[in-house]
Amino acid sequence: MIHFVLLISRQGKVRLTKWYSPYTQKERSKVIRELSGVILTRGPKLCNFVEWRGYKVVYKRYASLYFCMCVDQEDNELEILEIIHHYVEILDRYFGSVCELDLIFNFHKAYYILDEILIAGELQESSKKTVARLIAAQDSLVETAKEQASSISNIIAQATK
Amino acid sequence: MALSGMRGLSVFISDIRNCPNKEQERLRVDKELGNIRTRFKNEKGLSPYEKKKYVWKMLYIYMLGYDVDFGHMEAVSLISAPKYPEKQVGYIVTSCLLNENHDFLRLAINTVRNDIIGRNETFQCLALTMVGNIGGREFAESLAPDVQKLIISSSCRPLVRKKAALCLLRLYRKNPDVVNVDGWADRMAQLLDERDLGVLTSSMSLLVALVSNNHEAYWSCLPKCVKILERLARNQDVPQEYTYYGIPSPWLQVKTMRALQYFPTVEDPNTRRSLFEVLQRILMGTDVVKNVNKNNASHAVLFEALALVMHLDAEKEMMSQCIALLGKFIAVREPNIRYLGLENMTRMLMVTDVHDIIKRHQAQIITSLKDPDISIRRRALDLLYGMCDVSNAKDIVEELLQYLSTADFAMREELSLKAAILAEKFAPDLSWYVDVILQLIDKAGDFVSDDIWFRVVQFVTNNEDLQPYAAAKAREYLDKPAIHETMVKVSAYLLGEYSHLLARRPGCSPKEIFSIIHEKLPTVSMSTVAILLSTYAKILMHTQPADPELQNQIWAIFNKYESCIEVEIQQRAVEYFALSRKGAALMDILAEMPKFPERQSSLIKKAEDVEVDTAEQSAIKLRAQQQQTSTALVVADQSSANGTSPVNQLGLVKVPSMSSSVDHNSTDPGMAQPNGTLTKVDPQPQPPSPSPSPDLLGDLLGPLAIEGPPVDGESEQNVVSGLEGVAAVDAAAIVPVTVQTNAVEPIGNIAERFHALCLKDSGVLYEDPYVQIGIKAEWRGHHGRLVLFLGNKNTSPLVSVQALILPPSHLKMELSLVPETIPPRAQVQCPLEVMNLRPSRDVAVLDFSYKFNTNMVNVKLRLPAVLNKFLQPITVSAEEFFPQWRSLSGPPLKLQEVVRGVRPMPLLEMANLFNSCHLMVCPGLDPNPNNLVASTTFYSESTRAMLCLSRIETDPADRTQLRMTVASGDPTLTFELKEFIKEQLVSIPIAPRPPAPVPPTPSVAQPVPPAAPSNDPGAMLAGLL
Repeated sequence: MIHFVLLISRQGKVRLTKWYSPYTQKERSKVIRELSGVILTRGPKLCNFVEWRGYKVVYKRYASLYFCMCVDQEDNELEILEIIHHYVEILDRYFGSVCELDLIFNFHKAYYILDEILIAGELQESSKKTVARLIAAQDSLVETAKEQASSISNIIAQATK
Repeated sequence: MALSGMRGLSVFISDIRNCPNKEQERLRVDKELGNIRTRFKNEKGLSPYEKKKYVWKMLYIYMLGYDVDFGHMEAVSLISAPKYPEKQVGYIVTSCLLNENHDFLRLAINTVRNDIIGRNETFQCLALTMVGNIGGREFAESLAPDVQKLIISSSCRPLVRKKAALCLLRLYRKNPDVVNVDGWADRMAQLLDERDLGVLTSSMSLLVALVSNNHEAYWSCLPKCVKILERLARNQDVPQEYTYYGIPSPWLQVKTMRALQYFPTVEDPNTRRSLFEVLQRILMGTDVVKNVNKNNASHAVLFEALALVMHLDAEKEMMSQCIALLGKFIAVREPNIRYLGLENMTRMLMVTDVHDIIKRHQAQIITSLKDPDISIRRRALDLLYGMCDVSNAKDIVEELLQYLSTADFAMREELSLKAAILAEKFAPDLSWYVDVILQLIDKAGDFVSDDIWFRVVQFVTNNEDLQPYAAAKAREYLDKPAIHETMVKVSAYLLGEYSHLLARRPGCSPKEIFSIIHEKLPTVSMSTVAILLSTYAKILMHTQPADPELQNQIWAIFNKYESCIEVEIQQRAVEYFALSRKGAALMDILAEMPKFPERQSSLIKKAEDVEVDTAEQSAIKLRAQQQQTSTALVVADQSSANGTSPVNQLGLVKVPSMSSSVDHNSTDPGMAQPNGTLTKVDPQPQPPSPSPSPDLLGDLLGPLAIEGPPVDGESEQNVVSGLEGVAAVDAAAIVPVTVQTNAVEPIGNIAERFHALCLKDSGVLYEDPYVQIGIKAEWRGHHGRLVLFLGNKNTSPLVSVQALILPPSHLKMELSLVPETIPPRAQVQCPLEVMNLRPSRDVAVLDFSYKFNTNMVNVKLRLPAVLNKFLQPITVSAEEFFPQWRSLSGPPLKLQEVVRGVRPMPLLEMANLFNSCHLMVCPGLDPNPNNLVASTTFYSESTRAMLCLSRIETDPADRTQLRMTVASGDPTLTFELKEFIKEQLVSIPIAPRPPAPVPPTPSVAQPVPPAAPSNDPGAMLAGLL
């Protein structure tokens, strides 16, 4: 299973963290510190796997961002590597040629999308189309609610509460 | 600039980004936290939109690495908001900020449950996602039934069901009891018929977790997994959106193959055939392509297929295909594939016996040890470690030593531990072992744990031949200008004990030895000083006649340490000083250290411990562990059974040298014991001895076996026990010196091992604390070749080894020469040729004996050269079967019998049993589904290849009885085969052997019935059972 997902920029800034195994706040920052130290210093032509504390971290660099997933030692590394790419492709499709800035300002969207791809550290959906459809449906739900909230009756209701 | 859709949040993020330094950033964050805190305090004025915004800001700050110790309640409370946007934020932020043990989560259980069982699909999804990501035990207990309902509900859409499946997986991991196996196994099988691939992918992950704990319950899922694999990999029958770079969901393929690896085997021949077809297609059809992602995906599938093939113990041909592939992979430039090639080759070593083929790649693997990528270097190290055996240990260990000087820090500890273990396990001779360890200490002293040098001392103490060599080596290292403290310890110890053996060599007079050791004293720690004091005392003792100058020097040192603050050292100094004034009496008290009891190397133990620390069980590990108990030559803790250990405890008592002419000719058949028990050979009646039971002793020695330092603390014990020892010697003098005859307990059940080997061709036949006998067999027609692997598990040689084969009359057997001595930790292979003359169920026996220390051990073992080994399954079509069946019209060629007392088993299991005995079940020949028809070919010299047919008619109402018909062209064969099948059906594994077989109808043409039982050792053994 995937124990956690990290998105780290080349400067070591954290762009997203998702933990599927229980880590305390202290452990979380320690893990991030250690792994950024290991992964960011690796050269470009090395393999995409790092052995770390009895686990394996599968990572891939896209422009200035490192996508990392920590899995058990006997998990299939290439499968995880392609889950990363699957996620990146969906982000790309959603934002239209995604860049780090998109993920900085819309980090919550990155979380929504990740939740449609992984649950419990396992792959939930491998169809990009299905994920895109579900995210679009969520967005429109939020939009509708916003419109309702801004309609005049709501403003009145709010004011007289 | 992309915007978050929440202006306040975007502004805050921009501000943070514009901060010129960390200090400014902290100020900005603190300001925001203060703001959020005050807003949350006055919650009334907070609109849902604002609440949402602040909660996101909190998460952002948290992600930046700042502690956010408030506001969790606000995040959790959003979960119960009525509207989707707030609820969504509540769920997501809660699952990011909190972990499963957080108290606040408990408060939300009710709301979450209402969302799960409610009718609102979007709320269901949110709730399932959060529980799936951070649900703990409490969630598991209260929500599992509801989640299970959702998975199988026909009214739920796939988007809910796939989330429910993974949610249940999470809950199951937290508490396996929440899934009731009885009810759920069938549901799980149904789930695998699902057409929606999202639901199927999630369900497969769930299945992997379930079967990893209990594969038996989910047996019915196995054929379905194979179907799914066929659908994906062969038929490519998936919607376009589920292909990934043209590959039908690689993830589902991988998961499915992973699930299959948890089933011990695939028994149904049809399913097995289909599965192998698919696997073959994957192995052969995966090419390297330009597109990275396509390449990765197809190789993800390929590597999983490799793992599955290894697990299924496929035919040789397929295995060699796999190894060829891996051999190719470890030589490619693409680092990922090379990494995985090395990794999988290591796994392959654990599962099957492919050492020889992998050894061909040794040079390539050694190059990878120098790769710029540490991940690859690690894999190469592991593989070299795994593939090392007696034949290549020297090369590999020397390679590792060489690499040690340049290896990165992160790897040195592992590297030196592995080199030490290999040197110990596979040393071709012990002086090489000493060389390696001393080099290791010299090159990487900091990384050589105490265990390692204790072990050298133990080896040297126990092997007299080695002592002068080790002492000379230690002396050489002392000449180096700067040596590691561990080197000081080990050389001081060795020279203290054995430097007198070097006395005539230049630079090795007691004085010179003393002064070169004493040079190091100012630089070492207290624990080493203690060792040095002992060394001085020993040097003094060995200097006969006494050298007054040396004596004064050493006495002065003892004097100095008599007031040492360290109590251990003070004690030693006082004692040694007093003792060394006693003159000749010193000789008795400070004599050479006694031999150590044989014990498991704590290094190897350590290495094993490291391997079992990850929590989740994996198929590979499970298999590796099983394998380890069967083929690995690991030293067990055998101190308990060693008869000499109580003597050793007395320190100074010399172990009476054992007489070499021990009577061990117990081959008299009359004395033969039932197979499986050990014969104690008592040349003389033992006087009642006060030795405790071996088990008890084992327990007492257990904790000590952690390689206590031979000097620290033990010297006092020696002083005391030495005095007692004198008395003990006196006491012993009046008792005739007898051979110690403690029984040696076999490890594992011998009968079970035998029965397992009847159905497979390699494994362990026998094991006890000293020796392991493995067997590997190949059968071709009526010829067979068995190889016996006799392994000595100890650091001392096994002597008087004898292996006699007692063949039954129908087998011609020739055992090649068995060496009389098996060197320490070596394995010898003894091929055994077998020829089957005629059909018989009698069994050959191996009479094996050896002597270890003073123990004479003798065992009689049945050899798995049994009837079914000379059978070769054959498929027969209806057109061939019926004419044959009819032409063999009745007794004695065709025999029928109603068998009662059959072990009740489902028909499928019976079919599996037949197949595993090489009787090929031919489905479809008999129209009655309760019947079973099987065919096979039997090979012997007298019958040549002969077709045998059989038919079993079972009674569905009473599974304990059946009617069996067996037919062949030879009456003895028909009879023997019928009895053989009966034995298999009546009670397995140990079939009570019927009295000497009497063919039912005497016939003129019939060959002689099997030899009388008195000449057949197998029958005799069985008769005694």
